[in-house]
Amino acid sequence: MAAAEKQAVTGAGPFNGLLTWIDQRFPLMETWRAHLSEYYAPKNFNFWYYFGSLAMLVLVIQIVTGIFLTMNYKPDATQAFASVEYIMREVPWGWLIRYMHSTGASAFFICVYLHMFRGLLYGSYRRPRELLWIFGMLIFLCLMGEAFFGYLLPWGQMSYWGAQVIVNLFDAIPIIGPSLAIWIRGDFVVSDATLNRFFAFHVIAVPLVLLLLVAVHLLALHEVGSNNPDGVEIKKAKDPKTGRPLDGIPFHPYYTVKDACGAVVFLSVFSIIVFFAPEVGGYFLEHNNFIPADPLKTPPHIAPVWYFTPYYSILRATTENFIWVLAFGVIAMAILVIWSVKNLRVRIGVGVLGLLLLGGLYYFEAKVWGVVLMGVSVMIFFFLPWLDQSPVKSIRYKGPITKIALALFVIAFFVLGYLGTQAVTEGRTLAAQIGTAVYFLFFFLMPWYSKMDKCRPEPERVTGI
Amino acid sequence: MSDRPDINRKRRTIVIASACTGGAAAVATAVPFVASMLPSERAEALGAPVEADISQLAPGEKMTVEWRGQPVWIVHRTKEMLEGIRKADTKVADPNSERKKAELTPAYARNEFRSIKPEYLVVVGICTHLGCSPQDRFRAEPEAFASDWSGGFYCPCHGSLFDLAGRVYKNKPAPDNLRVPPYTYLSDSRILIGEDKKGA
Repeated sequence: MAAAEKQAVTGAGPFNGLLTWIDQRFPLMETWRAHLSEYYAPKNFNFWYYFGSLAMLVLVIQIVTGIFLTMNYKPDATQAFASVEYIMREVPWGWLIRYMHSTGASAFFICVYLHMFRGLLYGSYRRPRELLWIFGMLIFLCLMGEAFFGYLLPWGQMSYWGAQVIVNLFDAIPIIGPSLAIWIRGDFVVSDATLNRFFAFHVIAVPLVLLLLVAVHLLALHEVGSNNPDGVEIKKAKDPKTGRPLDGIPFHPYYTVKDACGAVVFLSVFSIIVFFAPEVGGYFLEHNNFIPADPLKTPPHIAPVWYFTPYYSILRATTENFIWVLAFGVIAMAILVIWSVKNLRVRIGVGVLGLLLLGGLYYFEAKVWGVVLMGVSVMIFFFLPWLDQSPVKSIRYKGPITKIALALFVIAFFVLGYLGTQAVTEGRTLAAQIGTAVYFLFFFLMPWYSKMDKCRPEPERVTGI
Repeated sequence: MSDRPDINRKRRTIVIASACTGGAAAVATAVPFVASMLPSERAEALGAPVEADISQLAPGEKMTVEWRGQPVWIVHRTKEMLEGIRKADTKVADPNSERKKAELTPAYARNEFRSIKPEYLVVVGICTHLGCSPQDRFRAEPEAFASDWSGGFYCPCHGSLFDLAGRVYKNKPAPDNLRVPPYTYLSDSRILIGEDKKGA
């Protein structure tokens, strides 16, 4: 019945009959229009807007190469390492598929980090895009889980000891920690049981959630519309006749073509790495992972893969001495909040929380707080939409304090990332502690400096590139 | 809201009750799935004690035995090594093994050298921080991580230091001394790891 009511598709191609038949049974044209040909995106997207679509491209690469890898991989502690070598040496083109997958893992994080940095630059997490940002952060968490589970599968030395260290993080949780760690491993040490379940998480559980979240992320984006480098809403200035944003252009063909250009450049770089330097000097594939896992011997120098090293540095920086810095930070933050918030309940609440934290800092071991800080360093991103109190969204109109704060944060992120790849010395621990302090100050002081910063007025309409 | 006349309160109560029952059933169904991730019977059974022959272990050397999938170290300590342990007394966080006694140090190892016989150290070679296996740095000489080093173990993962009695240095990520497993001497040259005389 509905079939008769819908209009026939009148495209330029030869398939109008078929398309009409489908469209009368499925919202084909409606979906196409809503998400592509009539989804209006701001006309001033720049370089930073490539990385969302590139992350999707990498996701596809990972899923496709992953499927083919499972055809030869064996999730068994006695066979896993050898099966990866079998893929590398004996399966036709197996080396290519494997290197695409291992390079894809790092490429995924590069794209996602740049995509997130774009959000920081242009305030893409600000109202009305808070939920969009939260879905994005959930994708990031899933991605971290996916990378961690996947890293155990080759069953090399770094796989084994990396998993040992990360699972032991849960062991630090007071009371339930030890049982939780055993539950995650399925054994008292990282073993065959652990490998088997990590395989299940890596190839089915997490990817399903990841795909769902990507869909939700896109739906939320298309509901609120894309932000842009000026941080002004294009929906405010619409053509009175058509109702289309004056500064918007249809995503297809304009941005599909732009993103395709980005994909070509990206795939060129990706191919160069896959074919000529798949290990990237031990950063994408760590040297120690070419040695089979040995539960009795930790390699002389262990470090996570580069994309986890900033957080790992924060974990290592939390020693007993650093607790004093944290205690000072807690007191200073409590005073700052109590001084600047008039609401009595908030003041009392913050005071009580501050005292609890102070007590906890000395009651629990430094190890517990290392794990807590590492967790907070990732989770804090969720709160960005509310921490940023600036009257403008984009860095273009923000004042000098925000620009310096963001620059310092990026430097701290890189320094922590570098230190995380290196062995511990006293000097490096100190550097990591300074980096950790800068990292957290960027977030915790944001409500104040973003408010007091001297911003320039936002334009009414988007400007050039 | 509940005062709205068009709401059939009886029907709403039934809806809530059936939703709660269904929810409880769903949660109960999760139990076997969550429990299936616990260690299997086979993994539980692999905790048997192991025997180590120390007759070939020369002074100053270390041997490693696997117990419950973990490395257990046996170090034959020389006089100089024992002297180094004494020197570290002021530098370690818990010199008298008082923290988490029941879990980390059996009664017979709660002494200066954390062992039954001073010359033989028996510890689980897993760092109490995040479970890496520390490396041997037995020689008392300046190291990159400590200029005044009197011999011990260095954890490559997060820089924790332990002396030759497995005692953790102050202000390091590891919170506790290395664990001394339950063990007993079957004879002068044979040690049983995983079980002690009192069977505790």
